[in-house]
Amino acid sequence: MAIVFQKPKALTDVPLHYCPGCTHGIIHRLVAEAIDELGVEGRTIGIAPVGCSVMAYDYFRCDMIEASHGRAPAVATGVKRSLPDRIVFTYQGDGDLASIGLCETVSTACRGENVTIIFINNAIYGMTGGQMAPTSLVGQVTQTSPYGRDAATQGLPIRICELLASLEAPAFLERVAVNGVANVRKAKKAIFNAFKCQVEGKGFSLVEVVSTCPTNWGLTPQKACEWVNEKMIPFYPLGNYRNKM
Amino acid sequence: MTYETIMAGFGGQGLLFSGKVLAYAGLLEGKELTWLPSYGPEMRGGTCNCSVILSDEPVGSPIIAHPNILMVMNEPSLDRFEGTAQAGATVFVDSSLIPRKLKRTDVTPVYIPATQMAKEMDALALANMIILGAIVEKIRCVRPETMVDALKHTISARKANLLDLNLKAVEEGARFIREKGGEE
Amino acid sequence: MKGNEAIAESAIRCGCRHYFGYPITPQTEIAAYMAKRMPKIGGTFLQAESEIAAINMVYGCASTGRRAMTSSSSPGISLKAEGISYLAGADLPALIVNVQRGGPGLGGIQPSQSDYFFMTRGPGHGDFHIIVLAPATVQEMADLTRLAFELADKYRMPAMLLADGTMGQMMEPVALPEEQIDPETIPVGKPWATRGTGLKREHNIVNSLYLKPDELEKTNIERFARYERLEKEECRWEEYLMDDAEICVVSVGITARVSKNAIVEARREGIKVGMIRPITLYPFPKAPFAKAAEKVRRFLTVELNMGQMNEDVKLAINCSRPVGMCNRVGGMIPSTDEVLAAIRKEAK
Repeated sequence: MAIVFQKPKALTDVPLHYCPGCTHGIIHRLVAEAIDELGVEGRTIGIAPVGCSVMAYDYFRCDMIEASHGRAPAVATGVKRSLPDRIVFTYQGDGDLASIGLCETVSTACRGENVTIIFINNAIYGMTGGQMAPTSLVGQVTQTSPYGRDAATQGLPIRICELLASLEAPAFLERVAVNGVANVRKAKKAIFNAFKCQVEGKGFSLVEVVSTCPTNWGLTPQKACEWVNEKMIPFYPLGNYRNKM
Repeated sequence: MTYETIMAGFGGQGLLFSGKVLAYAGLLEGKELTWLPSYGPEMRGGTCNCSVILSDEPVGSPIIAHPNILMVMNEPSLDRFEGTAQAGATVFVDSSLIPRKLKRTDVTPVYIPATQMAKEMDALALANMIILGAIVEKIRCVRPETMVDALKHTISARKANLLDLNLKAVEEGARFIREKGGEE
Repeated sequence: MKGNEAIAESAIRCGCRHYFGYPITPQTEIAAYMAKRMPKIGGTFLQAESEIAAINMVYGCASTGRRAMTSSSSPGISLKAEGISYLAGADLPALIVNVQRGGPGLGGIQPSQSDYFFMTRGPGHGDFHIIVLAPATVQEMADLTRLAFELADKYRMPAMLLADGTMGQMMEPVALPEEQIDPETIPVGKPWATRGTGLKREHNIVNSLYLKPDELEKTNIERFARYERLEKEECRWEEYLMDDAEICVVSVGITARVSKNAIVEARREGIKVGMIRPITLYPFPKAPFAKAAEKVRRFLTVELNMGQMNEDVKLAINCSRPVGMCNRVGGMIPSTDEVLAAIRKEAK
């Protein structure tokens, strides 16, 4: 019997722990496919964050390092400086990358460190049970913004791609979503390009994936995908923000 | 014999450097030694000092409570350190910068107008080396001829062109001792 | 050579080619030295955006099996505490240099030994230790740098060189080992390192997360078994004039140097005094103290803190003898005369 569909080689057989309807699974797959297609699994080292994807180290078949909260880009820098010919990526959520680790994110981008960052923006802290993230939208109800995010006291959400696009060093910046087939296809291409950018030695690459959190948004998986279209994408426009390839 | 030298003055007078040259001369002669700077805001123009110990025995503490050689290049440093010197110590005073004489009578003063002499050499920044030359000539804590190699090793590549001028300053200080003795 | 420079040069000769740091007085000479040397020998000097980033770069680099290091001074070490805990939790060898200054808070920039508790009890959250070595000469700055790397690799744990500002700033003659360790040999024999699987083995994971309590307990117990071995085999100390001593001075770093001078003076006065100078602060060398307690009447710690090592001495001798203290803090260093006065008082 012909095999028509199978797991990417760069994923292990460990069952994912993510909630139903969470898009981490899709994004893991897209990352693994990029690794497979570039044929770099044997020389790839991944850095897992603190957040829902903390156990990503069990899911990717390449060598993995678990970083402390927000420090994955610094850890990636240490690995890359030690082994410049390896492919080094981090996989980070919005709290990890855009809040506690913002300094590391910006500084690593600023240095043009030749690593790839996969940034999952679902506008909420998932693992700790649904608190406001730096990317939560104005008016969004979370555990720590129970009356909706109030711009006057809680500030406005941060747009990472636009922020990093103000720097000269980054080589590849793109924002994608995974809430429908067409968007997933574009996301796959962007993630592939980000890794390729690193393989070719072009420098810092980051893909921001607008993602969902049905559990903490209090929506069904389908409604969550619709919410991405209605609320998230208008504030976080999809598209390429830098391409030196 | 143990020589415990404190060199003190303003930041920018090259006191740490002259201390290093003396320490390096000790190293070349196989002596035990320590060099300890004051550090911090002093580097930016405040008061500054360094302690150099040269000895035939292993050096215990690098901190000098009672120096037997004292070199002072401003009045606050003389005020601060005069009282700490051992009885019988030799105190080198840059008399072009410090108008007053020593209060103590149990130490040997050497008044040397080093800054004025440096000006006349058109090398204002080398007053420290003039006094160092005087110290070595008078005390013989290291051999005067060792100073050439010590300077060669200590001077940074960036300033290598100033080697000869430094050596000349050291020699000026030595000549001052030979001709005038420095004591009053 | 300055103490700080001796550390840097020694690290390079130990095969360390990766330094990550952030400027802070009084250890900046280490960074400056590395910035000059590393590019010339194919190494990495990286001035990180923060102390936190620097220690995490060390974490990443150490994960690949290399000898990586960072250096800082007290307030910076507070920031590194998180990363040190992760290094310990992931069983990674690395070198951290702490050239201590006065605290708490921003404190001052003058010498201090006030991080003694913080370092020897495990500088970070969780139940762990790091190896802590305390140099008292510039020569030891170099020698203990080597020992720190060796022990870190051997026991798979972070090691710290705990100096004080004076040790970092002072110059003394130093003989560096001619032997240069080839950095490429360092990762050999580290099968746990994350260097890419090469498709030849299962993937390695460098991690400190164990969500199952029984698994986490197991890692803690295993780690402490290693610490026990460390305590048994790696304690180092120096004894000075202890043969007939009735009073035992205990001191490290710059105050051990001052104490030596005071002991020489006291001996001239006929006081039978000696010194035990711990070189490993963790593991603390308990054996010489237990032995000394059998014959000396009193102990006297001389330290630049409010009496931190004093407690370890009391523990080491089960409080079987009085343990006095001569201390200055805030960047002050007790003079030879002050230590001598304290010795005389103990001798009465």
